[in-house]
Order: sequence, then structure tokens, then C-alpha cells
Amino acid sequence: MQQEITPASKPSLKPKTLNQANAKGFNLHVNDKWYALAFLGPSVLILGVFVFYPMLRTLYLSLFLTNNVGRPTVFIGLKNYVNLLTSSAYQASLQATAVYVIGVVAFTLILGLLLAQMAVRKLAGIQWFRTIFSATMGVSVSVAAIFWLFIFSPSIGLFDQIGTLLHLPLVQWLTTPGPAMIAVIISTVWMNLGFTFLILFGALQMVPQPLYEAAAIEGASPSYQFFHVTLPMISPTLFFTSTVTLIGAFKSFGLIDLMTAGGPNNATNLMVYQVYRDAFLNGNYGLASAESVILAVIIALFTLLQFKFLEKRVTY
Amino acid sequence: MIQTKTRKPLRYLVLILLAVIILGPFILGFWTSLLPTADIAKGALWSTHISFANYAEAVKQTAILRYLLNSFVISTLTMAAQLLFCSLGAYAFVFLKFKGRDLLFYLILATMMLPFEAEVIPNFATVRQLNLLNHYAVMVIPFLTSAFGIFMLRQAFRQIPPELKEAADVEGLNHWQFYWRVTLPYARISLFTLAAYSFLESWNQYLWPMLTTFSDKFRPVQDGLRQLQSQETFNNWGMIQASAVIVVVPTLIVLFVGQHYFKNGLNEGATK
Repeated sequence: MQQEITPASKPSLKPKTLNQANAKGFNLHVNDKWYALAFLGPSVLILGVFVFYPMLRTLYLSLFLTNNVGRPTVFIGLKNYVNLLTSSAYQASLQATAVYVIGVVAFTLILGLLLAQMAVRKLAGIQWFRTIFSATMGVSVSVAAIFWLFIFSPSIGLFDQIGTLLHLPLVQWLTTPGPAMIAVIISTVWMNLGFTFLILFGALQMVPQPLYEAAAIEGASPSYQFFHVTLPMISPTLFFTSTVTLIGAFKSFGLIDLMTAGGPNNATNLMVYQVYRDAFLNGNYGLASAESVILAVIIALFTLLQFKFLEKRVTY
Repeated sequence: MIQTKTRKPLRYLVLILLAVIILGPFILGFWTSLLPTADIAKGALWSTHISFANYAEAVKQTAILRYLLNSFVISTLTMAAQLLFCSLGAYAFVFLKFKGRDLLFYLILATMMLPFEAEVIPNFATVRQLNLLNHYAVMVIPFLTSAFGIFMLRQAFRQIPPELKEAADVEGLNHWQFYWRVTLPYARISLFTLAAYSFLESWNQYLWPMLTTFSDKFRPVQDGLRQLQSQETFNNWGMIQASAVIVVVPTLIVLFVGQHYFKNGLNEGATK
């Protein structure tokens, strides 16, 4: 009772409220901690077991010789990497991957941009074309492979039939190295187009119309407008699309497996296919782990590049 | 104006040409699925014997419907799990304060750089040890959550005005309630996008199910088509094409029905 009246009690009030605030904050924090555990626990567990751990394990295995069930036996340091990078077979696989990736990215972007550019202008019935252009987004890898396998198949396939009709020399599409690479690139590009079209179409729609009007008044030709207005305006989206396509191309497996199985003569033996072969067909897990690490490093670099770029865009 | 009018027919011509290129493989696949295999084998792409016999054969002689069901189960479970766990995770990164939050977020972000394809060797060993091989679980459990999903939803949740959270605090809503009643409805377009994305991603899995499933009972559709294609020694093209069409039609329908939302969501994701 007396405390409430005496001035001496006043200082004690202050620490008390402070303490209260602390207590409350502390409580909130404790509370948040449990919530965080409940909310994030499942995700952290799954990512830990199936993403973090396997990366470290792959790195570890890549330094060993392994037995036929994939257990490390003899530590050999970087020998797997040295062997890989000096093996002409692996160099050929890297080279095939490079050709494939460049081909896929270039043609996906050019055709995707053409589709988007054609579909963005208003015309009667344009909605139909927009729907059609996005259609391959609904196509899964094995369906695409089967459709194109038939088109490329010898004598009964579409290309051979057209060739016969026009008396052109016949191409053994899937059994000659060069044409087989072209065939898998065409199939992949076709499969990619729906997604690429949708993204680029969205970007083109965002370009402010007055920019074109101003350019037209200045007497700029359509091609000048395309290169000096359209392309700069959509360059961030173009960059995004190209890295997504590029990363996807590095990871290609299904189409290769179904259409060429890495052949003919290893001409389409892309990086992931090589990993699959060495690990699961040849039982050489150490070597396949080293190949996985090389693949992961390449993809990580490109993803990082993309993050950096996106980050920059968000800030301005 | 005059210039654009004269160019109109040309524009339609290019549009139609492009449409034919895009639709060509679909049309050819669908058309040959209606032809007798004997005619296809002769190289006759024109035939008057149009029928759905190949479809009847595919349904009767192969497990194609079972593959579809398997894929549907796997993709639906994966989608539902990702919606739940990614949204919970994203919520934690936006609305909860705890030690090491930023570090954990960057660690999760970093996993987006790691391709699953480069990790199949240890992952295969893990699921074998957990006795998950050849079961739905093996195709769902590694994909219960995704770094991409968490990242995308975090971006969406950050758009929620802080005033809403303050108001909710005043109202005495706890985190579960705010998560359920405010956050999820607010970010429904992003959730829809993640749903479509995770479903398709799971539906299109190829390498992983190929390594981990060995029976028709659990085999999803991509691997199933591979099985049909490799087992067909005498190239029964009619039936293979019919199977491919059976597989592609549901996703095309989903795509066209959901296109409006999907397009918006994708652009949202691409520009953020």
C-alpha cells in the first residue's frame, strides 16, 4: 500500500514494465520457435534427407572406388575426375551435351519469340492461335518422344515419306549420329515451345503501347521497333527463359532414353544419360558420382547467374 | 492503317503455318492411332479403315489405365503435400521470428541449384534402405516439399500488407489461424500456380520412377509408355500412338481449362 504512494516506488515501476515487455517478447519468441519447428520441420527434414545429404554423399563417393552396390571401397582422391576429363568418351559426352544445349536454347528462344510476337497483335480469332501455341505445355516427355519417334522412323515416318515423295535422298534419322542429334533437338524444342511461348507472350503484352506509337511516329520500321523497343523491354524475361531452358536441357534424360538411348555411336549420350549408364547399367558408382558432381556444378553456376540477375532486377 | 490491312492475310498465313507445326505431331499421333497397324506398317498414312480398335486394344492388352491411375495418385499426393508444406515453410520465413531464419532460408534457396538428376545415386540407396522401392511412397516422399515452392510462396506472402498481420494480432489470432484464414486465401493465385506446377512436375517424372518401380501396380505413366514402347517388338504403332493419346488428353484438358490462371501465375513468377 505504502509503496504505491511513496516516490521511491516509482523507479521500480520502470524496470517492472521493461521486464514485462521482455517477458512478453520472450514468450512470443518461444512461441515462434515452436511454430517454426512445426511449420518448417517437415520441409527441412525432406530437403535434408533428399537434397542436402545426397549432394554431400555424391561428393564423397566421387572420391572413391565403389563396389557393385555403391559402397565406397578405396579412396582414390580426384582420380575419378582426372580419368573422366582425360577420357575421350566423356569429352564426347560433354561435347554432345554442349551441342544439344546450344541448339535447344537457340531454337526454343527464336521460335518461342516468333510465336509470341505473332500472337500478341490483335486479330480476329487470335485467341485460338494463342491456345494452340501453348499446347505443348500439356505434353509429357514420353508422349513427345513417341510422337516424334514415329515422325522420324524409317520408311513409315512422316519425314521419310515426304522425302520419298520429293525424291530426296533418305536420311536415317535416328541411326546416323548427326541427324540423330538434330532429331532430339527438334523434339525437345517442340516440347519446350508451349512454356516458352506463354512466358514470352506475357512479357510482350507488358510492353507499354505508347512506346510503339512513339516509334511509329518517328518513322521507325517494324524491324527497327522489334530490335530497339521490343527486345530491350523483354530482355529480363528473355534471360529468365533462356536460363530455365538451358538448365532443363542440361538435365534432359527421358527423350534421349526413349528416342536414341544415347546412340547411335554415343552421339546423343548426354551428361545425365552418361550418369545413368555408369551408375545403374555399369555399376560404376564412384565414377558416376564424379559425373554427377560435374553436372551439378555446371547447373549450379547457371542457376546462380540467374539468381544474381533476378536479384538485380528486383532492386531497380 | 492501309499497310496493316494488306499485311493481314500474310499474318494469318504465318499464324496458320506455325499452328500446323505445333499441332502436327498431335494430329499425326491422333490420326495414326485410328489406323490399323498393318496400314501404318505399309507406310500408308491414308486409310479408310478408321476405328478406335487401337484404343480398345491398348486398354485391354496393356496396363495403360492402371499407369494413368498410378500417376494420378502420385501427382495428386505430391501436389497436396507441396501445397501444405511449402506454404507452411513460406509462412515461417515471412511471419515467424526465430534464430537462424535467414541462414536457413538461404540454405533452402541454395538447394534450388542442385539438380535432382545429380543426386539419384545416394537417393536410390536411401529409398532402398527405407524399403520404399516399388511403391507409391518412393515417388511421393522425396517430393513432399520443394525449395522452389517455398521460395515462390514466400514471395507471395510478402505481398500481404503488414496491417493485416497487426489487425490479426489485435484480434488475438494465433499463427495457425492467421495462416489458414488470411494467408492462404490471400495468396490463392500463387497456390494455384504451385498446384499446377507441382502436379505437372510429378506427372512428368521419368528417371526416378524408372529406377524405383518394377511392377505395373505402381508404375506411373511416363515409365509405362516407355515399357510399352520397348516391349513392342514388332512395332505395333497403332496401339502405341493410341496409348500416347490416352496419356496426353487429360493433361491437355487440364491445361486448357486452367490456362487463364496458369498464365497469370507463370507471369507473376517470371517477373518477380
